[in-house]
Amino acid sequence: MNEIIESVKNLSIGFNSQKGKQISILRNVSTNIKKGETVGIVGESGSGKSTLALAMMGYIKQGLFPLKGECLFKSEDLLKMSSRQLEKIRGRKIAMIPQNAGQALTPNLKIGYQIDEALRLHTDLNKTERDKKISELLNKVRLPSPETMAFRYPHELSGGQQQRVAVAMALAGKPDLLLLDEPTTGLDVTTQAHVLELLRFIAKDTGTSMIYVSHDLGAIAQVSDRIVVMYAGEIVLEGPARKILKEPIHPYTYGLLKSIPKLSLAGLPASMPGSQPQPGSINEGCSFYDRCNLATDHCKKNSPDLEHIKELDTNVRCFNHKELINQNNNLQTSITKKSNNSEAKEVLKLKDVSISYAKQKFFDQLLNKISDQNPTVKDINIDIKKGETIALVGESGSGKSTILKSIAGLLKTKDGQIKFENDRILSSDLKMRNSNDLRAIQLIFQNPDESLNPNHTVEQILSQPLKLYFNLSGEELKKNIIDLLKKVRLGEFYMSRYPRQLSGGEKQRVAVARAFAAKPDIILCDEVTSALDVSVQAAVLNLLQQLKEDLGTTYVFVSHDLAVVRAISDRVAVLYQGRLCEIGPSQNVYKFPSHPYTEVLLGAVLEPDPDIKPKLVAEDIVEEKPPEKGCSFQGRCPRKIGNICNSEVPPWQIGENGNAIRCHINIEELASLQQ
Amino acid sequence: MLLLILKRIGLGLITLFIVSLITFVGVEVLPGDACTTYLEREAYGAALDACIKRLGLDVPAYERYLDWASNVVRGDFGYSLSGEMPINEVLGPRVKNSLVLASVSILIGIPLAIVLGIITALWRDKLPDIMISTITIFSMTIPEFISATLLILIVAIWLGWLPGIVIIPSDATFYELLSNIILPVVAISMIMTAHMARMVRSSVIQVMASDYVQMAILKGVPYWKMIFRHVLPNALLPAINVVALTIAWLLGGVVVTEVVFNYPGLGRLVIESISNRDLPVVQALAIILASIYVGINLIADLMTLMLNPRLKSLQIRK
Repeated sequence: MNEIIESVKNLSIGFNSQKGKQISILRNVSTNIKKGETVGIVGESGSGKSTLALAMMGYIKQGLFPLKGECLFKSEDLLKMSSRQLEKIRGRKIAMIPQNAGQALTPNLKIGYQIDEALRLHTDLNKTERDKKISELLNKVRLPSPETMAFRYPHELSGGQQQRVAVAMALAGKPDLLLLDEPTTGLDVTTQAHVLELLRFIAKDTGTSMIYVSHDLGAIAQVSDRIVVMYAGEIVLEGPARKILKEPIHPYTYGLLKSIPKLSLAGLPASMPGSQPQPGSINEGCSFYDRCNLATDHCKKNSPDLEHIKELDTNVRCFNHKELINQNNNLQTSITKKSNNSEAKEVLKLKDVSISYAKQKFFDQLLNKISDQNPTVKDINIDIKKGETIALVGESGSGKSTILKSIAGLLKTKDGQIKFENDRILSSDLKMRNSNDLRAIQLIFQNPDESLNPNHTVEQILSQPLKLYFNLSGEELKKNIIDLLKKVRLGEFYMSRYPRQLSGGEKQRVAVARAFAAKPDIILCDEVTSALDVSVQAAVLNLLQQLKEDLGTTYVFVSHDLAVVRAISDRVAVLYQGRLCEIGPSQNVYKFPSHPYTEVLLGAVLEPDPDIKPKLVAEDIVEEKPPEKGCSFQGRCPRKIGNICNSEVPPWQIGENGNAIRCHINIEELASLQQ
Repeated sequence: MLLLILKRIGLGLITLFIVSLITFVGVEVLPGDACTTYLEREAYGAALDACIKRLGLDVPAYERYLDWASNVVRGDFGYSLSGEMPINEVLGPRVKNSLVLASVSILIGIPLAIVLGIITALWRDKLPDIMISTITIFSMTIPEFISATLLILIVAIWLGWLPGIVIIPSDATFYELLSNIILPVVAISMIMTAHMARMVRSSVIQVMASDYVQMAILKGVPYWKMIFRHVLPNALLPAINVVALTIAWLLGGVVVTEVVFNYPGLGRLVIESISNRDLPVVQALAIILASIYVGINLIADLMTLMLNPRLKSLQIRK
């Protein structure tokens, strides 16, 4: 158990800047991986965690080069090996499971061939033995019908299945060390929990060491024995998983853990100020100095070394870590938010809304016939009150974004009505809406990189809605822009910047400011925090809440992340396959009884706590379209009671907590089942 | 799948139909008719009447179109004015000659372009890339009539290695042709090869940067094996359509080159029949060139469809 299989010694990796300066991305990193151990490397984007992981396979990305140090695999330096020698090690001794299997599988080669390739390269099996082994491997990663699966192309598989194929491929060479680079990022919650469970099983079953790289402390907590926390290219904290997660003694890790929204906690997570420094910008002192609330003048001038704390078996890079030792109880707190007035008037009503992506056939159109009897989104009834935050939650394909697009007028409804203020019907066609209605509903998109025009300055971006809706110009326009920037806590000097000169969080703030520029009544938020780092996510969530409290805006908040939804929303609507499953006040939806689908989703959430294991109650099958009749969740429901689920649409039942559930099982019975 | 192929073929036929209409209408709206333009100053009295009768110009235009079109469908383009012989007989050897010229250029050009493209991509920004890229960009910028003239000047006149112009009858045998076409082939394939090589280069570079190539490297796949199994099939797929366009575009190059080298092919026939105002031949040539264009693009589309597993399974599922 204590045999070290790979050890990184004083590794620095960097690149040459345009000014000819050497800039390091990894700075003096040393760590050891023991046999049979799973090490989680956690950090936010730009912390150097992926660079470190790839270097552990002797792979340095183009443009980068090692500045000093070594990567010893069984006491041989991978960074000094020839490509011939590396071919013998990669896939056979150290194998990689990539982040996005959909893009990491070669599109023109069948699954079977790609696994066979690894077998041919790294084993001495003959053709028949290899064919048998392929089936075995596909079986091991729990893919259905391994015989036919081998003859399929990568694009014919779902995201979760592709990830399983990548796992099978990595296992083909029976490696001693598995490297996982964000292997579950981008998968649905239930799929993610299943893939993690599979990885845990494999680690135990084969005794393989694993390096698990992720930004997600929830996933890391579930698999790791030991955790390495990276910040700005350095290891800032390293130790046993439980210690790191329960008693973090580095202020960054402490802040990171506090900024993760948790299912068990109502209210908003605390955010960390600022953002990670750019590579090359730190000249002296501690790299976390700017964001640290324990920082002293000593930290500004001197950079701390990694210090070993014997009683915790932990290495920490901080002068003041002792101050954190007794603060652990504070980890389980959050910022309470003002709840909204439940007497408020309804501002937006969705009545029997159905949306279909199917194109109407020409003749049906002539005869004015509705051709699609099974639309993507069906029978949505939601009343949204002024000043509330309502969240639409579900996995990919649940229709949550589709509904949002329809409210925005970007997608025509097939049936039903969208009513705005005083029951006035809002056309589902953008061109038919008047300027005031357009102003009243604004959208914030998921990815600010794509939603902000890269050729416009922040001033130009913000001036557009102001000119369009309020005809502002000159000094008044400028004053308004500065006010908006102040609202999203950005300084005046940001006006002349281009989006590329902003960090991810700053970009999303500009996008928020742009939405608020129109003084809207309703803001539609489409996964607004999922492209952001955790610490930045907390800041954006707090900002949205603050703006709402100040201005009385209504949010329709779409997210796949149940913990984020728990933090921000007043009410939650759970969707599956475009049908509502459950709707109610958020504190009640997160309590039992809940709809079986909500139960499945809640069970699959990964908490950054090794003691809370996900409960996998349903298979992670992907359904391509909603069932024609009956309950939308019949295909995956762990509590299915029989034929009635297949034939009849379940009725709404209202629980004593005030959440409405659409299920055939009596709500009291459901409560006792879920106790 | 079959339905899709039929659909593409149908679309091609519609294109050809429209081309035939346009050429026919184009010829119709020219001042005068085939006879007056051809006979010029003798276009009066008995000669004109005889010509009109012979070409059937005394019937309404739409009837003539139908008549002409139905003959074309049967493969009969009618009679040329100048030689007063069947157009098919005029075209036959010319088509063959041009086909020889074009196919030799393609057979040399495409493999060469692919090889050059791959070399420049794999040795990106190193000496082989810099040298080949400079040459390809240089030859891309020189139009055929200049490069053809320069070739004649250098190889035929200064060095005296090869004949400068082709002096063979249009019904020469294949072997006679081959010895004469070296210079025309070089002139034609230069631009085409350069274009395609650039295209292949950028395509390979793009694929080399993809996640699945990084994955293949980390899987321990040896370098050249990775290039042949993981990179090239994916890099060359999008190149197929560009190759088709380049080949179609080569038709224009063939016309110019044939004239410069006095090569008895379709291209020279186009120029000849235009200057002779032999309108029936011009019509026939327009249809033939359009069919080649449509045909090549059709083949390219079908090939992409066959080779791309993503499109293939999409069609099967439908």
